[in-house]
Amino acid sequence: MDNFLALTKLITPASLVALFPLLGFFVTSLFGKSLKHASGWIASGMILLSFVCSLFLFLNLPTGASLNFNLLEWMKWGNITLSFGILIDPLSLVMLLVITGIGFLIHLYSIGYMHHDEGFSRFFAYLNLFIFFMLILVLGNSYLVMFIGWEGVGLCSYLLIGFWFKNDAYNDAAKKAFIMNRIGDLGFLLGMFFMLFYFGGLDFLTVNEAIKAYPINNIIIVAVTLLLFVGAMGKSAQIPLYTWLPDAMAGPTPVSALIHAATMVTAGIYMICRSNLLFAMAPHTLDVVMWVGVATSIFAAIIGIKQNDIKKVLAYSTVSQLGLMFAALGMGAFESGMFHVVTHAFFKALLFLGAGSVIHAMSGEQDIRNMGGLSKYVKVTWATFLIATLAISGIFPFAGFFSKDEILAAAFNSHKEVWLLLSISSMITGFYMFRLFFLTFYTDFRGTEDQKKHLHESPWTMTLPLAVLAIFAGIAGFWGMPAVFGQTHLFSTYLSPVFEESKSILGAQHQADHSTEWLLMGVATLAALISIALAYHFYVKSKLVPEPDSETKGFAKWVANKFYINELYDIVIVKPMMVISDILFVLIDKLVVDLVVMATAWIVGFTGRTLRLVQTGNAGFYLFAMVIGMMILMFIQLVY
Amino acid sequence: MNLPIEQTNPQNWYLVLSTILFSIGVMGVLMRRNALIILMCIELMLNSVNLLLVSFSAYAGNTEGQVFVFFIMVVAAAEVAVGLALLVSIYRNIGTTDIDILSKLKW
Repeated sequence: MDNFLALTKLITPASLVALFPLLGFFVTSLFGKSLKHASGWIASGMILLSFVCSLFLFLNLPTGASLNFNLLEWMKWGNITLSFGILIDPLSLVMLLVITGIGFLIHLYSIGYMHHDEGFSRFFAYLNLFIFFMLILVLGNSYLVMFIGWEGVGLCSYLLIGFWFKNDAYNDAAKKAFIMNRIGDLGFLLGMFFMLFYFGGLDFLTVNEAIKAYPINNIIIVAVTLLLFVGAMGKSAQIPLYTWLPDAMAGPTPVSALIHAATMVTAGIYMICRSNLLFAMAPHTLDVVMWVGVATSIFAAIIGIKQNDIKKVLAYSTVSQLGLMFAALGMGAFESGMFHVVTHAFFKALLFLGAGSVIHAMSGEQDIRNMGGLSKYVKVTWATFLIATLAISGIFPFAGFFSKDEILAAAFNSHKEVWLLLSISSMITGFYMFRLFFLTFYTDFRGTEDQKKHLHESPWTMTLPLAVLAIFAGIAGFWGMPAVFGQTHLFSTYLSPVFEESKSILGAQHQADHSTEWLLMGVATLAALISIALAYHFYVKSKLVPEPDSETKGFAKWVANKFYINELYDIVIVKPMMVISDILFVLIDKLVVDLVVMATAWIVGFTGRTLRLVQTGNAGFYLFAMVIGMMILMFIQLVY
Repeated sequence: MNLPIEQTNPQNWYLVLSTILFSIGVMGVLMRRNALIILMCIELMLNSVNLLLVSFSAYAGNTEGQVFVFFIMVVAAAEVAVGLALLVSIYRNIGTTDIDILSKLKW
């Protein structure tokens, strides 16, 4: 009963949390012109209010309870009711805090970063709209509401990638992201149709009840989960739908940090965690998820080694880390996957914002071959970037160490070969991240004199978010201290009510004893240290600078060109599509449609030209015609 | 049985009268060239119809016809107001209301 009372008090903040960003969107988009730079502060303030709401919910939600209520009944036919409702439970709260917390910091950062841009207000309007849709995605209590948010964030991602719409290449990148996401969305949509047909509803409660009647690995459940996973592939950039994410770096850097690193791309992981019961009932799908994750993780990491654009490196590292999360989900380690989502959100947002700060200092230069030696000029950026790089490489005690270690331990306990592959992938991660770090901040400056004169640290609105994120990238890992440290794992304890049922279906995981776990951590740390030492040897001691694109040869050329996957897609999918469209254009459009349309137009024109002669302009004639006409009508009336 | 005063006359008289009035109106509209007179002839036609409606209403002992007459009167008043205003304006601009001269509006 107390729980009930406590929950009813939460309904108002739960309904409000998503409305603040929407309000911010309307204000900044409608009055953006007159608000000028105030719109940035308004937008940030709205997100801060959302964050306060989320924090209130987080502090007041009774342990083990969840709040699930419908705001309105949306559609109803037969015995199927679709309603618009909100679900607050530990899983959505974690996402809420990440989205609004990091979202606020990135808004604050953008005030400094976008200060000279003429689309300042428009930028904040889009950002607020994005946060609104992301919150809808996370808050929804049914797949349908989630899908609304899912599509909405896709739209905002499109708008923000193409934010500088005067550049054709950026527009193409935006379209590519949107279209690739549509492919995934189709899978999500089909999955929803299946669920509606077989489970009789789309809200999580109905679906979770309905699937209990099915046996494990039932074909329907496998099909539904696979389709949902296709959706997740598109949104979270997994093989084969990952190529949009590196191109999405065309957007402003805060966008890359917020949408393409911290929040939107993790929507796929959130969705699978949300449907954990469904996925737990389909171990076949889990295997697919795991292998796709592992493949993406390694593949993207390899490509990352040879990239020279600071944001591209980070993009591939994001793809790789997302693969790691999917691998964790595929092994049934849902809470480890979520944990990595959270820590990754901190350090990857920090990396992107740091990269933005570097680009800002370098007056727009993004090629790391033209940087170097920046540690002297941008001290705050350098320090925070170092923390983030250590975190992503998995060095104790930074956040990435704990979450990565958890995933690796889960892999070691269930699939040894996956453990090996993931360890290699995280070793490569350590290497290319430190390659990026050393090339950017150490040895001598390689840019032009103009750039050198202009080098400066960013304003406080940019460095403050960096500092805050750096603190979290440093300490967030302590939420999830593994058992060997003699601590309870706060994070997975907090999330455990969400995953309870699926854990009982999947069965208890074989737990390695403590000495093995110490060994695993030792191996992981050693591997990371070796890769850092290698990077140090190449890029600081030997002062190697990656060669210009034209001089790359052999395998390196393949890697630098991303294994020509884009070109492959171009030949296999885009080109045939173009040819088919051309054929259809000539056959259908020119021959059939045009003929019909032109003929219609000609007939109308001819009739008009002929009939206008009747209009003599003589009113007497009109009156005469009218009277005659009426007489004829009366005559007809009389006769028949 | 006392008939109401209107019904003491045979109804045919009313029919004939209103037909005559209507025909005068139609002929006026067709024959005259002056827009003002055409407008008046239209009024005549409307009123012949009113007469018919009132007489039928009286003979049938049904008030609907009389209600209709009021509607027609209102519409006619509005029409006259607009029509006369147009005519005055035309006359001020062109100096005539002869419909044979007012034939600029054509293809």
